[in-house]
Amino acid sequence: MTAVATPSPTATPRQRNGLIGFNLLTGIVLGVAGWWIAYLLGGLIHGASIKAFSETGQNDIQILLGYAGGVLGFLAGLGFANYPIRRVLGHPPEIPTHEIDEPGLAKYFRISTDHKIISKQYFVGIAIFFFVGGLNAMLIRTELLSPTTHVFGANQYLTIVGMHGAMMLGMMTSGMIGPFANYLVPLMIGSRRMAFPRIEALTFWLLMAAGVVLVSTIFFGGFQTGWTGYEPLSDQGTAGYDAYLGFFTLVSISMSLLGLNLAATIVTMRAPGMTWSRLPIFVWSVLATSMLMVLAAPMLTATLLMGAMDRTADTGFFLPGVGGSAFLWENLFWVFGHPEVYVLAIPGFGIVLELLPVFARKPLWGYRLAVAGMMGVALFSFFVWQHHLFVSGINADLRPFYMLSTEIISLPTGFTFLCVLGTLWRGRIRMTVPMLFCLGWAFNFLFGGISGVFNSDVPSDVTTHGSFFVMAHFHYTIMGGLVFSLFAAIYYWGPKMTGYQFNERLGKIQFWAMFISFNSTFGPLFAVGFLGMPRRVVTYPSGLTGLNVWVSISAFVLGLSLLFFLWILVKAVVFDRIPAEDNPWHSKSIEWQLPTPIPAYDFNTIPTFSGDPYPYGEPVPAAMGGEMPATAGAM
Amino acid sequence: MNTADHTPHFRRVALLWLIATAILTPIVIFVFGPGLPPGNGSAQAAGQVTDNTVLLALSVPVAMAVLVTLGYEIWAFRERDLTGPVLDGPAITGNSSVQMWWLIITTSLVLFLAGFGSVRLLEDGSGGGQGPSPLVNPAGYKHALQVQVLAQQWNFTYRYPGYGGVETPMLELPANTLVEFHVTSLDVVHSFWAYQLGVKADANPGVDNIAYVNTTHPTLINIHCAELCGVWHGYMFQTGKVVSKADFASWIQGAQKTYAPAAKNLTPYSKTYFPSPLGRGA
Repeated sequence: MTAVATPSPTATPRQRNGLIGFNLLTGIVLGVAGWWIAYLLGGLIHGASIKAFSETGQNDIQILLGYAGGVLGFLAGLGFANYPIRRVLGHPPEIPTHEIDEPGLAKYFRISTDHKIISKQYFVGIAIFFFVGGLNAMLIRTELLSPTTHVFGANQYLTIVGMHGAMMLGMMTSGMIGPFANYLVPLMIGSRRMAFPRIEALTFWLLMAAGVVLVSTIFFGGFQTGWTGYEPLSDQGTAGYDAYLGFFTLVSISMSLLGLNLAATIVTMRAPGMTWSRLPIFVWSVLATSMLMVLAAPMLTATLLMGAMDRTADTGFFLPGVGGSAFLWENLFWVFGHPEVYVLAIPGFGIVLELLPVFARKPLWGYRLAVAGMMGVALFSFFVWQHHLFVSGINADLRPFYMLSTEIISLPTGFTFLCVLGTLWRGRIRMTVPMLFCLGWAFNFLFGGISGVFNSDVPSDVTTHGSFFVMAHFHYTIMGGLVFSLFAAIYYWGPKMTGYQFNERLGKIQFWAMFISFNSTFGPLFAVGFLGMPRRVVTYPSGLTGLNVWVSISAFVLGLSLLFFLWILVKAVVFDRIPAEDNPWHSKSIEWQLPTPIPAYDFNTIPTFSGDPYPYGEPVPAAMGGEMPATAGAM
Repeated sequence: MNTADHTPHFRRVALLWLIATAILTPIVIFVFGPGLPPGNGSAQAAGQVTDNTVLLALSVPVAMAVLVTLGYEIWAFRERDLTGPVLDGPAITGNSSVQMWWLIITTSLVLFLAGFGSVRLLEDGSGGGQGPSPLVNPAGYKHALQVQVLAQQWNFTYRYPGYGGVETPMLELPANTLVEFHVTSLDVVHSFWAYQLGVKADANPGVDNIAYVNTTHPTLINIHCAELCGVWHGYMFQTGKVVSKADFASWIQGAQKTYAPAAKNLTPYSKTYFPSPLGRGA
């Protein structure tokens, strides 16, 4: 273990107390002010021609500028401008020391540069929007209880569908990376911070602003396009669609910055001895994900700006009536959109492979294969997007290629499964709550993956495309994959992050409730799709009522099981408050060797790594197929 | 589990897998197979049923390989007493021959599936929309019955260019005929999904999307829009018909008479129609 100098704060702490200062409150005040200033200024640009083009009389320029102004005001109110301004004025760089070991909750309501605080901000912030998105899902299933009786109007229903999709695919992109990569990557590679701590904070607050922008769509009439926003339908949209544009623009900026920050951290800030072959598998998954984020998200930003220009500057990129092409949107969107779904999936692979060695009490089986699998998925995900467009009417010659490339992506995904099976083999499997969620992931993702093969096969896809089959498929991969692994992560690292024990028995009840209701919700939807029900419809053939009612009731149970988790969390952190042990899982990875809660600067001295990243297990004779493990652990 | 454990775990798993696969695969092929969508309303639809059956049959051994192994591992290697000391398993870090065989088997499966899918696609186009210049033209396509599908918010209408471009509000097709659908849209992106025919083709404004289908016997067709196209997307559905050739001939003659007054006011038949350049797409 090599000693490295502890940071010596150069600036004197400037403690800010109370509501006045740069915090969430001033952020909201300046955000509202920024909205109105930009909105009124936008009204001045407003020309006579805009009214003529807009069927609703709503001025898109005004509203989009309002969003921009509101977000800038919000960020300025939070204090993001302070540091750049101070540097421009010639002040020396300073470390914000006031937050270190500060008691109380105030530190969570303003900019923080401590990766542990940011990860908790992410966790709570995303959870709020996850529950909003989940509520939308419950409303969708309420509407689909009957083919003829309607709870919502058609427009309202489509807005709910669109908000559910956008919320889940936009906000939940960072659902795993936001809380857990921010928390764990610096710890696991032996760094005290991320490469760009202020950018780390910026990604969080941008995402929160994005969520508010999306919800604001209900004040402007909602949007009817779903999360894919296909043109030229979206160009018909009222100002509610501007909220979609603003939301995804902010999300894409946040994603690019987050990916950049994580990649830079992993590449440059590893502690001595943390070679690439000792990198924990979760960090590899974050690296693969951040590459996707950096490369794919800017594509979305550009696409959305083109869409915004079609609505405000009278361009016609996507409007066939004036020489544009709807295919352009479909292609650009899915060039981003397909890597995006792997941004959701790959961190789940990393979590599962990270946790299995701990609970099987064995080293990770096939470390290199696992790395190759995640990197392979990340790489191939850029070459498959046209499988969303098999029957779209674009030049059809490339369909055999996209069929092949899509099916090839199941190879690296299969590596992950082999590593899961290999790690459990001859292990001493401890059935804890995180382990249950990992196994649940394996079960669900298996069916998600296999159903994906039906969608990748063009003849099968002709029927399944745009039906509930596709919807069931990606809910198996995202809800059954990402969300189950997310819960594994929450139950596993939750005690370390919060400092309190979670109730094991209630956790098991929650797992079984969630696992059964999940499969009971989405399994029958494969059949619903096969029987010919298209997605995003407010009404359906009466013959499908039975299945739909079954699915809706299961979905309500699924919703309750998620609320039950909220109770478990609140019970552990607010009511029971039983301090967690430093290492309740007997893990050998570095974050568990630190005290709970982890001190502000993480390490007293920067650690030096040596040996295997997963030093579990007893030596086995080579005759049994084992290689002799390195006995030295991390630290 | 000590390191001297010589229980033949691998052979047991292999045997269990073999039994599960041997039982489930025939069930899937012979019990579920005939009921798979989209039925035998057309040659292409029947082809899709074959594809679905092959995929489902192949997914059985794959799913069983994972599930049986996982289930066996949970059963055989589970630590039953969690209160005792934490004991480690053997430190096996990999097995290159298992990895190699996994790679060989999964790669062969994937290459087979891609090859199979491509061959099936190239036989008759599988009923999917192929854009204005199809990759796959079935035999005799030059004499196919041309039917233009016009999608607009929120309905489908049909034009028969071989019958003076008559426009009808419902779809009727003759049995045992090669039909060439020309799917296009007047406003936003729709998708023409004729379920029993196994046809799905997006309708784009300004694009002529061609899909072929060989009808077989008379049947009803459930037609849905399969791409979100605005507020009343959920209500964009119809019932079409495949009827005998004689019935079709008399129906289309009747339609030509019935819709003759309306035809005078229609835009001349064209491969595509462009939305008005002004206004929001409409």
